Amino acid sequence: MKKHTRLLAAVLAVITLLGLFATTFSQPAKAAETTKISTIKKRGTIKIAVFGDLPPYGWVDKNGKRQGYDIALAKQVGKDLGVKVKYVQVNADSRVDALNSDKVDLVLANFTVTPERKQVISFAKPYMKVSIGVISPKSKPITKVSQLSGKNLIVNKGTTAEQYFTKNSKGATLQKYDSKTQQFNALKNGRAAALADDNSYLYAWVKNNPKYTVGIKHLGPNQYIAPGVKKGNKSLLKWTNKEITKLNNNGFFDKNYKQNLKPYFGSDVTAKDIVIK
Amino acid sequence: MAHSGINILFAGQNFTRLLGGLWVSAKISIVSLVIGILLGLLLGALRTLKNPVLRTILRLYLEFFRIVPTVVLLFLFYYILPKNFNVNLSAQIVAMLVFALWVAAEMSDIVRGALISVPRHQKEAGMAIGLNGPQLYRYVLLPQAVGLMIPATINLMTRVIKTTSLLLLISVMDVVNIGQQIIEANRQVYPNGAFWVYGLIFILYFLLCYPLSAWARHLERRQNNNA
Repeated sequence: MKKHTRLLAAVLAVITLLGLFATTFSQPAKAAETTKISTIKKRGTIKIAVFGDLPPYGWVDKNGKRQGYDIALAKQVGKDLGVKVKYVQVNADSRVDALNSDKVDLVLANFTVTPERKQVISFAKPYMKVSIGVISPKSKPITKVSQLSGKNLIVNKGTTAEQYFTKNSKGATLQKYDSKTQQFNALKNGRAAALADDNSYLYAWVKNNPKYTVGIKHLGPNQYIAPGVKKGNKSLLKWTNKEITKLNNNGFFDKNYKQNLKPYFGSDVTAKDIVIK
Repeated sequence: MAHSGINILFAGQNFTRLLGGLWVSAKISIVSLVIGILLGLLLGALRTLKNPVLRTILRLYLEFFRIVPTVVLLFLFYYILPKNFNVNLSAQIVAMLVFALWVAAEMSDIVRGALISVPRHQKEAGMAIGLNGPQLYRYVLLPQAVGLMIPATINLMTRVIKTTSLLLLISVMDVVNIGQQIIEANRQVYPNGAFWVYGLIFILYFLLCYPLSAWARHLERRQNNNA
């Protein structure tokens, strides 16, 4: 019995300790000095969070060099600031924390603007747009949503495409699959008339499967990809906004598209479908 | 075989990159094991003392690091603590720190268990010939306890080495992280590349861990012969 009381006491103590930690952490972070442009210039390096496993946006080639659409932008940012770029490879779910704990100054990692994220970090001007697309066999192309009525449509669980068609099915019957591999196999086996997913993902798939076409390129609201900076870092946010505007005007993104995305997307797509003007 | 994807292991610098990643994993394991085991020996010895305050503090330390999952600890030390305390350590340093504290905690329990398993008359005999406290630990208790610690310590070592695979969460470029870069870079052309990359990583981890268990077996056998 005595042993049990001691054990209980120990457990309670640990819980209290954790509780103390938790309350310490939930206090608003001190107004830590934000990394201003001048700080970055003095330091001589800008720390940029990128993906290492998402071709063609941020990936690593066989020689260990970072490549991709986001990487090209990161390089340009470093060049225009006159500083070296230090890449910090992140996962999708650590992008916000990397910014907030000052592990990075800027996030260029296929960062989709969402209202939830906007509450904890700041987004600069977007540099890319994606939306839902629909692919179908070239022999029986589906080019309008109305054509889906009474037909089967494949979606991947957990994607924006699934959300969109669950809300407004347009008369189509949904077939939901767990993985990308399954959904594409189902389409190849003729289980449905079409398949809906993120359009940038579909462009790449169609490139390797020329019997299919992205009949509907844009559906539903556009989603924007933008650079992320720490909330309150006005200096860097302002600079990044100017930089995106400048790069938009001098055709940098068109060039970047041709270099990094076009080889993946094929000729079905043009820069206009992705790049923001 | 030509299109199975095994060739991606040897394309360009891929193989060297994986070995480089393995070195990062090994380096973090070695540093944290050395620091953690030394600290653990000290803490374990302290835990056999009768001082109730010290015992409670060390017990809480052990329970904290044993109960909280390593992923949470890494996240806490890398992303959350810097925000509040204004210390910003590099990912590898954070990894070594967290692993060393974890090893020290687990090690202290192994050491304590081994020390109290040394027969009581050994300690009394040592006291009878006039050894003081530290001498008793140095010449009587520790040498006899080491044999009892080895199996559990080696087990802890292999656990630490395998747990380095979590480090990709805090941006450490370990072998698994580099493996994923290679898999994803080749996903379009070699969808089955993952099989080969993870297969190689399996072999690399095996090469790191197997000598340890062979060594443990050897030490135990020697111990048995001496007894």
